[in-house]
Parts: sequence; C-alpha cells; structure tokens
Amino acid sequence: MASSLQQPRLRDPDALRRAGWALLALLALWPLLLIAEFRPAELFDARNLAVMGGFLGQFFPPNLSGDFLAFVLKATMETLAMATAGTALAMLLAVPLGLVLTHSLSVSRIGPAPDRGAGEALRALARMTLLLLRGIPELVWALLLVRAFGLGPAAGVLAIALTYGGMLGKVYAEILESGDTRPARALLESGSGRLMAFFYGLLPGAGQELASYTIYRWECAVRASVIMGFVGAGGLGQLMDQSMKMLNGGEVSTILIVFLLLVLLADALSVFLRKLLA
Amino acid sequence: MSGVTFAERRAAMGFCLHCWTTLLLLAFLVWASFAYLSLDLSRLFSAESGRGMLQFVLRFFPPDTSAEFLRKIAKGTLETLAISAIGTLLAAGAGLLLALPAAGRLGSVLKAVTRFLLNALRSVPELVWAALMVLAAGLGPFAGTLALALHTAGVLGRLFAESLENTPPEPARSLAESGAAPALAFLYGTLPAITPQLIAYSLYRWEMNIRMATVLGFVGAGGLGQMLYYELSLLHEAQASSVIIAMLALVVLVDAASAWVRRRQMRPGG
Repeated sequence: MASSLQQPRLRDPDALRRAGWALLALLALWPLLLIAEFRPAELFDARNLAVMGGFLGQFFPPNLSGDFLAFVLKATMETLAMATAGTALAMLLAVPLGLVLTHSLSVSRIGPAPDRGAGEALRALARMTLLLLRGIPELVWALLLVRAFGLGPAAGVLAIALTYGGMLGKVYAEILESGDTRPARALLESGSGRLMAFFYGLLPGAGQELASYTIYRWECAVRASVIMGFVGAGGLGQLMDQSMKMLNGGEVSTILIVFLLLVLLADALSVFLRKLLA
Repeated sequence: MSGVTFAERRAAMGFCLHCWTTLLLLAFLVWASFAYLSLDLSRLFSAESGRGMLQFVLRFFPPDTSAEFLRKIAKGTLETLAISAIGTLLAAGAGLLLALPAAGRLGSVLKAVTRFLLNALRSVPELVWAALMVLAAGLGPFAGTLALALHTAGVLGRLFAESLENTPPEPARSLAESGAAPALAFLYGTLPAITPQLIAYSLYRWEMNIRMATVLGFVGAGGLGQMLYYELSLLHEAQASSVIIAMLALVVLVDAASAWVRRRQMRPGG
C-alpha cells in the first residue's frame, strides 16, 4: 500500500526539446561573441581597473565649485537653446512637407483631376525626402555638419532641424489623415484652395494633437542635443566629453546629475504644456 | 442686450487671451534661443555658404565601391549586428533577473532599490554609457556591447517588471499550493504566460539597438560608427558616404524584416 503512494520522479516532457534548442542557440551565439570581441576578462584587467576605479572613485563628491557650476549652467542654457531653435527650424521644414504629403489635402483622391500625375510625383518626392532626413541618424548628421560648419551649437541646431523635420513631417501628415477629414473634403469639393481647406477644415480638429506631438519632440530634442555634444556640437554633451577625456570623475558626475535633472525638468514641462492644451 | 460682459463678448468673438499670450511667449523663447546661440541664419543660408556646402556635399560622390572597402563594410555591419544582438541578449537576461525584485516579489525594500537602479540605467543615454565603457574596457565593440546591455537592461527590466505585475497569479499559486517549490512554481506557472510578451519587448529593443549600435562607434565602440568616424577624420569623404549608405541600407532592411515578421504573426495560424 505504501509503495502506491510513492510518486515516480516526474520529468518535464518538454525538457529535452528545449535543451536541444538552447544548445543550437549557443552554437549560433559563439561566432557572434567572437565578432563582438566579447572578453569579460578585459574588464578586470589591472590597467583598466586602475583607470576605471580611479575615475569612479572621483564621482563622490561631485564637483560643486562655483566656477565649474557656472560653466555647467552656461552649457545647459546652450543645450536648451539648441533644442528649441532646432525644433523651431524642424517645424519650418516639416509643415510644408507634411501638407504636401497628406492625403487629406489631395484633390486627386476625391475625383479625377487634370494634374493627378504631378500631384502623385510631388507626394512621392516629399515622402522620399522625409525618409532620407529621418533615416540618417541625427548623430551622423551632427558629425557631418560639424565637419561643414565647425565645432559649436550651429551644427547641432541644423542636425536636429533636419532629422526632426523628417520625423515631424511624417507624423504631421499622418495626424492630418487620421482625424475627421470630411470638413476639409467638403471645402475642397466646393472649390477652395488647399491651404484654406487646411486652415479651416483640418487645423481646428487636429491642432491639439499636432501641438502635443511637437512638444514631445522638443523634449526628445533636449536629450538629443546633449548627445550631439559628444561629436562637438556644443552644450552639456561637449562639456561631458571633455571632462571624460580628462578622466575628471568629479566633473562628470556633476554633469550627469545636471543632465538627469534637465531631462526630468523637460519631461515635467512637456507634460504640463500638453495638459494645458487639452 | 443688457448685461453682456466684456468676457462674454470676447469669448463670442473667438478671442482667447491665454492662447495668444502662450503663442507670443513661445515665439519669444524661440527668438531668444537663436539670439543666445548667436546664430545668424541669414549668414548661414547666404549664397557664399551655400556654395561652400555644395562643394562639401559634392566631395561625397561617388561613394567608394571597391571590393576591398566593401569587405570592410561587410565586416563593420556584422560587428554592428553582433554588438546589438549580444547587448540585447545580456540585457534581457539581466532585465529578467532585476524584474523579479522590481515587481515586488522579494520584498518592498528590494523593490524600491531595484526600481531606482533600473531608472538610473535607463536615464543615462546609450552614448554616454558607451563613452564610460570605452574607459572601462578599451576601444572596440566590447564597449558598445556593454553600453547597450546596461541601458537596455534598465528599459527591459522595467517592462518585464510591469509584465510580471500584470500577469494573473493563479497558475503559480495553484502549483505552489499543490506542493511545488517556489522557484518551480514561478518557472512553470508564471513564466510561460509572460514569455511571448518578454520576447516581443526584447525583439523590439533589438531593432532599436541595431540603430543605436551604428552610432555608438562615434565614441570608439566599434561597428559602422567607428568606421564612419575614422574615415571622416581622415577626410575620406568617398569612403564615408559608402558607410552612410550601408547604415541606411541596414536600417531599411531591419525595418522591412520586422514588418514582415509582424505580418506573419498576424496571420491566423501563423
């Protein structure tokens, strides 16, 4: 009687199949690890440890001297100015391209129109321009523009303007298509110009969403401006790059803290502005 | 018509005071930004600088398509893909380990500590991590892998923790009540339910990490980015434009592949 209460050791029936797949994955992983030069032992190499340890050791306390804080404040203002100016220029680029691209303002979509071919061609051109602007990472644009315009925030502003112009243009076109397009269509059918159809037909309904997305992009631009500083486009990022190259841990930790506060502030401001719009 | 207040008349005219003040304030801030940066836009877009820009852009064409350089680009692309793959894999593992305390399963003190750690990992941008990892591990793709792993661990850890919190606890509880050890109850009760979500998040992050891995090389973390930085520093514009075209092609291919995978998943029975 006692033996029937003893359960046999139950084995997971799927275990063998899973182990097989895991082994296959490990085999596929091996060449990837080699290509990525994955050598964890290097982290504990004596020289690297000394450098990193010394650097991290300087993180506390962060450098709070008056001179340095003045530098950091100036760099923060530069970053904010870069993000704002860049987003403004991006809007300048995105609004015409978005208006050209959106199907809601397309007369040929409503009925036969004499210049349908030209309209489609223009739209395809706008789409490809926006794709090119978006597809090249903003950091690559920044690097190229630093080569063209020299070090400093001008390159960063233009890089943000180009990349974010591409992103804003595509999203503007999509927002205009996703809302209620009947007023605009009615206006177009009665013969109004496309610009008037936009202002009176599409903008009242879609305006809030357009503004909300633009504010969100501004917040992303603040972060992007800091990152662009690493390739020489000024602002907080350039300061951090310089401090890191001099292995000054105290300055780097100050800048990191300021960066985190800046991101929090931009996020709070963006949430506040978007609630104000609603 | 008695008793129509100024405010009512203004509202009837469609005049919104705080809308206009906000617009004016924003316009002022934009103008102030340009002024602070001393950006003279008219000089920037002048005919002379336009000619200079055109000359600069023309130096990029035609791109270098020699077999030897294409081999280098292929190697760089493989390196970028490897950086993103291993980085995301490490991040998924670390994220899952950190998600357990972050979802509150090991006590509230650990929950607060892990949440703070995950936020810290997430908030530092990948490029900054890459610059730090170059200090710790030297130049090359290993630094890039570590940077992606650290940042993505923060992102995935938080997403995994939210999945863990939202999954129904009944399967694991019934296993535990039937006598299974807590670890086994988790592995066989909770984990299979959330695995599709975890894999979806990880694949999505891998796609974004491929884009990121191409630019981490700018601070020396390997891949196509390091190649581009190197070629531009030597003013080899033809080679640089080949690398940029390769970057674009990689991003387009990854976009198309992920769209194809998503369409296959949507098919019934697929």
